[in-house]
Amino acid sequence: MSEPLVTLRAVSKHYGRAIAVNNVSLDVFEGEFVTLLGPSGSGKTTTLMLIAGFETPTSGEIRIRGASVVSRPPEKRDIGMVFQSYALFPHMSVFDNVAYALRTRRVPSTEVGERVARVLDAVHMSGFAERYPRQLSGGQQQRVAVARALVYRPSLLLMDEPLGALDKKLREEMQSELKDLQRTLGVTTLYVTHDQQEALALSDRIAIMNAGDVVQIGAPLALYEHPATDFVAGFLGDVNTLDGVVAGAETGVVRVEIADGIEVTVATAARPSAGKRVRLTLRPERLDLATTGGGGVNCWRGRVRGATFRGELVRYDVELGSGVVVTVSRPYRGQETIFGPGQEVFVRSRPDDWRVFG
Amino acid sequence: MSPRSTWRQAGLLVGPALLLLAAVYLYPLGRLFVLSVGGGPGGAGLEAYRRLAESSVYVDVLLRTTRISVVVTLVCLLAAYPVAYVMTRVGPAWFRVLMVFVLLPLWTSILVRTYAWMVLLQANGVLNNVLRWLRVIDEPLRLMYNETGVVIGMAQVLLPFAILPLYASLRSIDPRLSRAAQSMGAGPWRRFYSLTLPLSMPGMATAALLVFVQGLGFFITPALLGGSRVITLAMVIETQVVDLLDWSLASAAAMVLLVLTAALVVGFDRLVGLDRVWA
Repeated sequence: MSEPLVTLRAVSKHYGRAIAVNNVSLDVFEGEFVTLLGPSGSGKTTTLMLIAGFETPTSGEIRIRGASVVSRPPEKRDIGMVFQSYALFPHMSVFDNVAYALRTRRVPSTEVGERVARVLDAVHMSGFAERYPRQLSGGQQQRVAVARALVYRPSLLLMDEPLGALDKKLREEMQSELKDLQRTLGVTTLYVTHDQQEALALSDRIAIMNAGDVVQIGAPLALYEHPATDFVAGFLGDVNTLDGVVAGAETGVVRVEIADGIEVTVATAARPSAGKRVRLTLRPERLDLATTGGGGVNCWRGRVRGATFRGELVRYDVELGSGVVVTVSRPYRGQETIFGPGQEVFVRSRPDDWRVFG
Repeated sequence: MSPRSTWRQAGLLVGPALLLLAAVYLYPLGRLFVLSVGGGPGGAGLEAYRRLAESSVYVDVLLRTTRISVVVTLVCLLAAYPVAYVMTRVGPAWFRVLMVFVLLPLWTSILVRTYAWMVLLQANGVLNNVLRWLRVIDEPLRLMYNETGVVIGMAQVLLPFAILPLYASLRSIDPRLSRAAQSMGAGPWRRFYSLTLPLSMPGMATAALLVFVQGLGFFITPALLGGSRVITLAMVIETQVVDLLDWSLASAAAMVLLVLTAALVVGFDRLVGLDRVWA
């Protein structure tokens, strides 16, 4: 692969004794959409601010196009930035907001007019050039903020929870618009969110952060299927987490006892020794429910404790006995029987779908 | 709640203050107005106002008073802006120190402060002696008993009234706006004149109104620092009442000052909004 556009090497940020960002290394390549995903306080916004230049790293190196930028002020980093609060200039019209960066760069006024018109068109805000920010809805303000950050074609677009203030439906609309825009313009984007659905929908790669560390970096599918830790598994999508003790291991499989008489067979290359305590995870949609059981591995008898109808799917809480409760998510397409509470069922899963963490 | 009982509640809450104002403010004001139109030798009429307008002395006084107030306002705005700006930038400890320095003069008697300025500004005063000792000047500068002295003294006395609204206005500017501008390539100077300055305009207008209006009616400082050479409108009123006992002319001069001030306040309300004065 070519030289990365942005490189973070062992970057840390301490506030007194508190560690906000801990030894983070990250590469963002030209044209990529990378998301920093993590719970609040995980250091993702601080990382973004370090790249933008609003914070100075306590240690480590930040390079943009190979050149160190640690001592360079934000205005000289050629970045575009979109804030959660939009931060539109309240005393300027939409046109003047979007033209701001061009005028700062002393672009001739005819060209300013053309470029502002083009970018407003791209974000579907053509008719709003003369309006003021307070006359716009949240979604419209967001579009202007994006236009304002893109009009001067910065080499890197930084977005800090840009859709956080919008309602769910609008957020999903804006997600696909943002993705389209980013793909059309090819602008390298670093995006911060705590919303895993948003991260999955938008990103080429996701860096999962927790307590200042980058826990894992990878494509959405890779992270979903092969989480490095149970934290990643739990943060990206829903997951059943079960603790157990290794009962035995053969070639390619490990057997884990999660309760009296309940043994899970997991397909894995790892060979943990018998008696070791491990944690197992399994996605709710990878569990199957049936009224008859065929025996074999990973097939247990259980009883439905609760069922929640969600439209396209039904979620069940199923008790397997000995107090072990698993969440099962089954698609609903109009034909399936919905089990009621108390129903005796068989729960089945494939050894390939389980993940084991030491 | 019915509109009627809302009115009754409002009346009960505002009533006492209204009564007090009517007794100690509106009534004397009314008397003043009656005196200004009724006391002349020719009976009721605009006699006193005519005398004011026809005398070049009084017109000069009015112009001088306005001029001094304008200069004092400009000096205050220029001096207050950096202080207010720094106050929005420093940490809480320094902010408290600065705030004490801003408020302390406000709580000190104007008389005391004006006498202090006389000590500093007179021909043999501290300032002239220091400048002569530094050999910056040979002859003492005339810093008192002229408009320079009046402006210096009044600007210092009125400075807090410029700093406080400017500080409130600057503090209410979202710091993220500056960050957004910075990310778009704007350096400190461009950020200042494209964001900070226009967004602090309401604070500037408030500061200007508070300083200018107070400056128009200032008495003690111009009387002491200007002496008989810098007569302001307030000094004319005092002389008419105390020395010449011409209540009619004094009342007319006071009414001119009142109308001028009221016009400014109304104009400000139209342009900026009076609700922003203390916001």
